[in-house]
Amino acid sequence: MLKRRVIALIVLAIGAAVGWFVYSSQITASRPFKLGLDLSGGTQLIYRAKLDAIQGNTVADSMASLRDTIERRVNLFGVSEPIVQTEHGGTLAGLSEERLIVELPGVTDTQKAIELIGQTPVLEFRMLKEGATPPATGITLDNANEFFEPSAITGRHLTSAQIQFNQSPGGIPNEPVVALNFNSEGGKIFGDLTKANVGRYFGIFLDGVPISIPVIREAIPDGTAIISGNFTAVGAKELARNLSYGALPVPIELIGAETVSGTLGGEAVERGISAGLWGIGLVGLFMIIWYRLPGVVSVVALALYVVAVLALFKLIPVTLTAAGIAAFILSIGMAVDANILIFERTREEMSNGKNAAEAIHDGFARAWPSIRDSNISSMITAVILFWFGTSLIKGFALVFGLGVLVSMLTAISVSRTFLMALGIDAKGGFSRFLFSSGVSK
Amino acid sequence: MPIVTHRKAFFALTGVLIALSLGALIVFGLKLGTDFTGGTLAQIKYENGRPDAKALSLALDEAGFQGYSLRGAGTNDYILRAGALTDEMRGNLATTASINGAFPATIAELTEVGPTIGLELRNKAIIAIGLVMLFILLFIAFAFRKVSKPISSWLYGLIALVTLIHDVIVPVGFYAVIGHYLGAQVDTLFVTAILTVLGFSIHDTIVVFDRVRENLRINQERGRREDFAETAGRSLGQTFVRSINTSLTVLITLMALFFLGPDSTKDFALTLLVGIIAGTYSSIFLATPLLVSTERYFAKRR
Repeated sequence: MLKRRVIALIVLAIGAAVGWFVYSSQITASRPFKLGLDLSGGTQLIYRAKLDAIQGNTVADSMASLRDTIERRVNLFGVSEPIVQTEHGGTLAGLSEERLIVELPGVTDTQKAIELIGQTPVLEFRMLKEGATPPATGITLDNANEFFEPSAITGRHLTSAQIQFNQSPGGIPNEPVVALNFNSEGGKIFGDLTKANVGRYFGIFLDGVPISIPVIREAIPDGTAIISGNFTAVGAKELARNLSYGALPVPIELIGAETVSGTLGGEAVERGISAGLWGIGLVGLFMIIWYRLPGVVSVVALALYVVAVLALFKLIPVTLTAAGIAAFILSIGMAVDANILIFERTREEMSNGKNAAEAIHDGFARAWPSIRDSNISSMITAVILFWFGTSLIKGFALVFGLGVLVSMLTAISVSRTFLMALGIDAKGGFSRFLFSSGVSK
Repeated sequence: MPIVTHRKAFFALTGVLIALSLGALIVFGLKLGTDFTGGTLAQIKYENGRPDAKALSLALDEAGFQGYSLRGAGTNDYILRAGALTDEMRGNLATTASINGAFPATIAELTEVGPTIGLELRNKAIIAIGLVMLFILLFIAFAFRKVSKPISSWLYGLIALVTLIHDVIVPVGFYAVIGHYLGAQVDTLFVTAILTVLGFSIHDTIVVFDRVRENLRINQERGRREDFAETAGRSLGQTFVRSINTSLTVLITLMALFFLGPDSTKDFALTLLVGIIAGTYSSIFLATPLLVSTERYFAKRR
């Protein structure tokens, strides 16, 4: 009995310590809860990468470069903790597409966010199509699209760009041009391409529009290229700056956007907290009124459940959304279910004439298969929901699954330890009263 | 146990419930939300009172919006649903909504969904509901594999599935009603609510079936002969209070969520409330009586 009481005290102490961690890490903001965009306010943009021109084996490279470029761009604009990720999707809509998901916390003007991303230039170097013969009048910017096809070199091979003024013979003197520097891989590809195509046309496309169609005069092995396109000094400067932050290897198209304002998110958090507190309070009250002493124990178990789950939210960390908070509130109601099962069973065993200790012991043992099976079915739902979900629903599924697991642990271990530690030998009428429930005899 | 002996009355009641729900579904239909159809959903907040819906429509028409719908939300908000936005429409939305500054407005929430994402999500939702049902059937058949007398473990799974279908139809029918009268639309949260109801309801049904399983085993060990209807009724009686109490605690938290929680999860909480009441009803008044009727059917054929 002493041993059980010591264990019970240790459990309480651990619970208090975890509770302190949750509280203090929130107050000092050393480890605050991670809030999703719908609670913190911000914008999420979903893009489709137009990969039609990219060969299969470079898709992953292109997507990685797409992500890095956009990430650099977003960081440049001082958005705190942006998330830029790529995703393969569309399978269930009968097609396959590569997507780019950009999350911008704190940015609540959707159009501004779209423009911020949209300024990233798409730079393509296209070669003359195999077998295409340019018309006698030459290729002009107007008819360029039909003669060119994408080449192996793209914007992802670009390292920097700067404005220069044309000194080369044949060009307009002092015309502003943009000089591009490739990385070593790009330089090699570009060198090989130019070597193999001397005398042929070569197209430089910016954002899908041809801006310069020079004829290759000689192989360019040093990894630089010049774009001249009737730029003004200001236009060339802007292009050079935009290209230096990175150019996209493929065009992207906006296919989804979601913006939540900070005030709406903040309100949702406040109301979520008040709903949670009322939920805990009312469930606790119900348990104590109906189950008396065991009810008090279940409230202790419930409190431990709440601090354990909140601590896990911080440690994993789980990104909380409005749906996630709803799942947590729902899980409070479900967490006491295991306790209810156990108490009903214990009460039954007592009415069969067993003393309290025996009844508690048998009550737990008998209730276990039901608790196990019913929680497994909830876990199945949680796993499928996680798969189903968009990021908001994933938040729900994760919280729901975590809640089911943790509540099962707290119900079977914590409640048991405490009920046993109370060590009531239910022979007297009073302790029988304490263990009875509801309106029972 | 009166629930078992008068089971035909409850079958009839269940039939009426299902007929009402299906009727509502057929008459009103479900309105798919932006998540599934693609398009735009915007919540417009007015700080100093909102304009007349007519005046706002005029401003929207002028800005090039077509085929949109407006619904008042709260006391000061409008919910705007529209097709795809152009950059200009998006950039000027707050100005357009303020009707040239007469009613200062902010865009509290703006969601735009492309058609592919909508279609993908719609298919995913259907697959998810199917998967949950399939896995639950498999799991119950597995969990009850040792119980083959007097009826096979697959039938436990199948009956659980029938109650699940009931638990889906009732909130869906209810949603058709509030969709018709209050403009609620089927979105991902609704599907989440339905899946959660499935998980909860099966949880409840399993507890009752588990007790039947245990009582059958005890009867066998003690060599006691008891009518199956008797055993099932007794099991139901033993788990009755627990079923009600668990549902009550969940309903308490859902009420807190509905009345006090954020606006974005209000419809969600309401769907869950209805679904969980339906789930509790079906696991008490439908699952076990069906079990008994099935046993009777096989006993007569034998």
